[in-house]
Amino acid sequence: MWKWLHPYANPEVTYHFTGKILPWFVALTVITLSTGLVWALLFAPADYQQGDSFRIFYIHVPAASLSMGIYVGMAVAAFCSLIWQLKLADASAAAMAPVGAVFTAIALLTGSAWGKPMWGTWWIWDARLTSELILLFLYLGVIALHNAFEDKNLAGRAASILTLVGVINIPIIKYSVEWWNTLHQGSTVSKLGKPSMTIDMLWPFIFCFLGFALLVTTIICIRFRTEILARNSIRPWVRNLVILENK
Amino acid sequence: MNPRRKKRLTIIASIFIGLSFVTGLVLYALSQNIDLFYKPSEILNGKIDSGVIPINGQRLRIGGLVVPGSVHRDVNSLKVNFKLTDMKMPIEFKDSDIMVTVQYDGILPDLFREGQGIVANGVLTNDLVIEASEVLAKHDENYMPRELADDAGEKHEKPTYTKKQLAGSN
Repeated sequence: MWKWLHPYANPEVTYHFTGKILPWFVALTVITLSTGLVWALLFAPADYQQGDSFRIFYIHVPAASLSMGIYVGMAVAAFCSLIWQLKLADASAAAMAPVGAVFTAIALLTGSAWGKPMWGTWWIWDARLTSELILLFLYLGVIALHNAFEDKNLAGRAASILTLVGVINIPIIKYSVEWWNTLHQGSTVSKLGKPSMTIDMLWPFIFCFLGFALLVTTIICIRFRTEILARNSIRPWVRNLVILENK
Repeated sequence: MNPRRKKRLTIIASIFIGLSFVTGLVLYALSQNIDLFYKPSEILNGKIDSGVIPINGQRLRIGGLVVPGSVHRDVNSLKVNFKLTDMKMPIEFKDSDIMVTVQYDGILPDLFREGQGIVANGVLTNDLVIEASEVLAKHDENYMPRELADDAGEKHEKPTYTKKQLAGSN
């Protein structure tokens, strides 16, 4: 069943394949993200209570859900790396970690900037905010472990174990607003049945979310390619690439 | 799957299941401390699972909906008091609801209004009275354009202050 995947365990094949799909991701990102942001920030109607401050929602929510999404992706890579000892899985996890950390930081900062005028405080130690902060520390730990060892295989194994242990935090973040009472509101978009938003507010959100998701994919794709080159720099195929570039 | 991989899979899976189990138990044990606030009914009757009733003089957070018509503001200072009742769906207020009075001296958040969710931090001075040092607005997950809210008869004016009130607090 998985036979078609086998050639991609070869770094050279994957490097050329990602090179081919990268321009498509870039194009799609530019289209959806610019449409989404312009629509959301300039044309979507203002909220009845919060006015224009609510527009931070269009950045905060995609950043927060992607921070969890990237972590799950990283955990899948870590799992493959531990069981099948795929070197490329390590490379992809190393490529994802900093992107995830940045998106977690964006979610925390935009949330804080919204919280001050709306709630009346920058920060409160409720379950949602605290667990998201723990996610940031998990990302920083994974990044640190990837860079802590000279031997990349050893580094990859240590980081993978931390990643898998940290996965427990993901359902805690997601359901924190339902399991405990918190200052943070429940989810607006991702709940069963009707989203708690009117349709002219929801469409720009869908574009923003897709746009940010594609942006993440693009950045990770680029980082993954550089990571492959860095880890295979002594291989003949990488040397040949350099020679071809310089001709 | 070859035996070495199978062995690694078993080790990782058992570590993961064990850890999730432990985390689950820890979170369950700590759930009262993770809860950010008491509901008004929990101040009177105690927490639902443990029955712990807060004592007078205890510092705590309370969260609930501001009862419409219960907000009294002093004309000469920032002093305000209002009643809170449990959040529930659908939102409706009855005289038989358990209500806790919150007294506060300070600027209210922009989202403060009747029927709105509020989290207040303060000291329980009397059975059902809290002297608050901080009042935070808990926004719900509903967003609506202004015209639609007007049609639905939603209130959306933020609290305003006169110069006299602002000067009177100091």
